[in-house]
Amino acid sequence: MDGLNLLVGLAMGLNLVALGSSRLPSLIQVAAVQGVVLGVMPLVMEPDFRWMAVLIAVATMAMKGLVIPALLRRAMRTANIDRDLNPLIGFVPSLLVGAAGMIAAVLLTRQLPLLPEHQESLLAPGALASVFTGLLLLVGRSKAISQVCGYLILENGIYLFGLLLIHSTPLLVEGGILLDLTVAVFVIGIIVDRIQRAFDSLDTRKLTVLRE
Amino acid sequence: MTSFLEITVRLAVWLLLAPLLPGIINKVKAWVAGRRGPPLLQLYYDLAKLWRKGVVLSTLASPGFLAATAFSWVAVLAAALLLPLGPWGTSLSFRGDVLLLVYLLALARFCTAGAALETGSAFEGMGAAREVSYAVLAEAAIITAVLTLSVQSRSLSLEAMLAPSAGAGAALLAAGLFTVLLAENCRVPFDDPNTHLELTMIHEVMVLDHSGPALAAVLHGAAMKLLLFSALLVQAVLPVGTLPAAAAVGVLFGGVLAVAVGVGLVESLLARYAFRRVPLLLTTAFLLCVFALLVAWKGGAA
Repeated sequence: MDGLNLLVGLAMGLNLVALGSSRLPSLIQVAAVQGVVLGVMPLVMEPDFRWMAVLIAVATMAMKGLVIPALLRRAMRTANIDRDLNPLIGFVPSLLVGAAGMIAAVLLTRQLPLLPEHQESLLAPGALASVFTGLLLLVGRSKAISQVCGYLILENGIYLFGLLLIHSTPLLVEGGILLDLTVAVFVIGIIVDRIQRAFDSLDTRKLTVLRE
Repeated sequence: MTSFLEITVRLAVWLLLAPLLPGIINKVKAWVAGRRGPPLLQLYYDLAKLWRKGVVLSTLASPGFLAATAFSWVAVLAAALLLPLGPWGTSLSFRGDVLLLVYLLALARFCTAGAALETGSAFEGMGAAREVSYAVLAEAAIITAVLTLSVQSRSLSLEAMLAPSAGAGAALLAAGLFTVLLAENCRVPFDDPNTHLELTMIHEVMVLDHSGPALAAVLHGAAMKLLLFSALLVQAVLPVGTLPAAAAVGVLFGGVLAVAVGVGLVESLLARYAFRRVPLLLTTAFLLCVFALLVAWKGGAA
């Protein structure tokens, strides 16, 4: 249990790093590292060796740690955009709000009727904090690719929540979600390129302006 | 008589060992860069040279200029004497002495900034403004760190607070305190001690008008402050107070040496951050200390 809590704590720390990083490549890197940390978790949670669990863990790590970041980096390169993030919510405020959200998540899960074996685990607060961080990134960053990173971190939060049910959900569901996520990022990579060609910018604020 | 002897030894340790630390940092930097670097005792030579020189004063400076410089040096020394050293404790310990320590350091900074403003130079005023605005953020972090130590030891005097190790939050606290150490001592990601471009320096620009013995006091005070923060960091993380005397000396010296090497490595590997990035880093230090506080709180409650 301690090993798992350490990993969740690491993922929560990475949330804050994501909120504080000011360059697009480092944000993508943080989302990738968090994906790998999450991929290790099922192995720590399952003491007995199961082929399916190992397969899912390896697939998660490969997809979230290598494939998705590679897709995002390629999208970033082909769109040839400015790598500064120019945030809508500044870095210091978003860091403080993120930390407050993390503390609130810990306090909130104390009120939740969790199973006794999950009372001491950080999984539920980690999940809520990651979802909150993802939302904050989606709202507070203006570049389309940084919003994808926010979406990835949000999905990581949902994955953490899913780990609470690891004994009752079939791992096939996790595999399906992973596939969906990869396809989504793949499609977004193409869309980003199109947006860049059509609007000469990836700033999502400008997408609300009508033009021929 | 013994207490007189003890205080003399303490004073000697703080006064004589402090200038060694910048020497070690410079050696590490030189080693990483592949240079021979200045001798380890360079700061001692510098201090001796400066002490023999005369003082050149700005025509605008009042006697307050020299008084503030001296006051700042004395405040740092007093703060250093309050800090317990492993199993030997302090010469003066009372409830809440940690607040006195924090405020003595703040007083030292106030006096340095005051002396900088006293010269009437626009650059020095700018440096003072920068120094003080960073200090606001660094102070939040250090107060939180102090609160963490006080929560986990349920005590308000430094001697009891530093005795036990910081437990689970030790890594968080160490990272937070190390960042504060870099900020408070004007080391690299915040300020470059080697730069001499007025537009970018912070601490160095404040002491531009100091010369001779006054500059010696400033340099020695800065070295002493660095030693103070290193010793505080080592004792906040490692249970130095519970070790036998010989081991405690070894751990304390080894820890301070490790901190100095760490500072040297940070200075070799990082460039100074842009001004707008500094508040982010200091906020990170503050948050690290906040999370250490939460861990201490939770550990205390369970």
